[in-house]
Amino acid sequence: MRVTVRLFARLRDIAGSGELTREAPAGANVAAVWSSLVAEYPELSAYERSISCAVNADYSRFTAAVADGDEIAFLPPVSGG
Amino acid sequence: MSVNRTLITTAPLDHNALVRELDTTGIGAIATFLGLVRDHNKGRKVLRLEYEAYEPLALRGLDLIVAEAREKWPAVTLAIHHRIGRMAIGEASVAIAAASPHRADAFAASRYAIERIKQIVPIWKHEYFEGGDVWIEGATADPDNAAAREEALRIACA
Repeated sequence: MRVTVRLFARLRDIAGSGELTREAPAGANVAAVWSSLVAEYPELSAYERSISCAVNADYSRFTAAVADGDEIAFLPPVSGG
Repeated sequence: MSVNRTLITTAPLDHNALVRELDTTGIGAIATFLGLVRDHNKGRKVLRLEYEAYEPLALRGLDLIVAEAREKWPAVTLAIHHRIGRMAIGEASVAIAAASPHRADAFAASRYAIERIKQIVPIWKHEYFEGGDVWIEGATADPDNAAAREEALRIACA
């Protein structure tokens, strides 16, 4: 299946793009999408413990299953205000 | 003119518009808060900030904060506008207005809102300072983190 990956702030700088399209195996969860991204961009591994995620623009968990066409967003620590 | 209670915008913030939006029936106090771009940070001379957001989720986060505040302070009406994009020193990046029958809850709800924004809303500051630039990284955004929410409530009610 095909998913859209959204990256922000420093994560976007590391990957060189804020929006990527990637293939994911059937039954993959958010963690699996992240792991394949880290394999592609090893610098992302520094964020392993501090990121959170969203699926289709709603807060989610790394254990959440992903479906074809989903938008998976990885959020580095936030700094609004 | 009607404005949204929660908003992510690239336009300059108008906190008077926020205040106008609030229903003042039975209201005895409105607390407003403006967060400004500061000219220094951690010993660095800040030149400007550029804010980035995951807009649909940032808006959802602001709505969630309004709902949380409503649960804690049922009589308070809250409006939150956050600006994104490039901002100069002294410009407002966030505007909050809390209307309440009594001042204590208005102050508490507005303080709660800014603390929660910093915890859970997917917005990031890119700081341009004299000699370089850096992404500012604060809290891991997790609205279900009960300890973080407790901390925001503790600060708001201190």
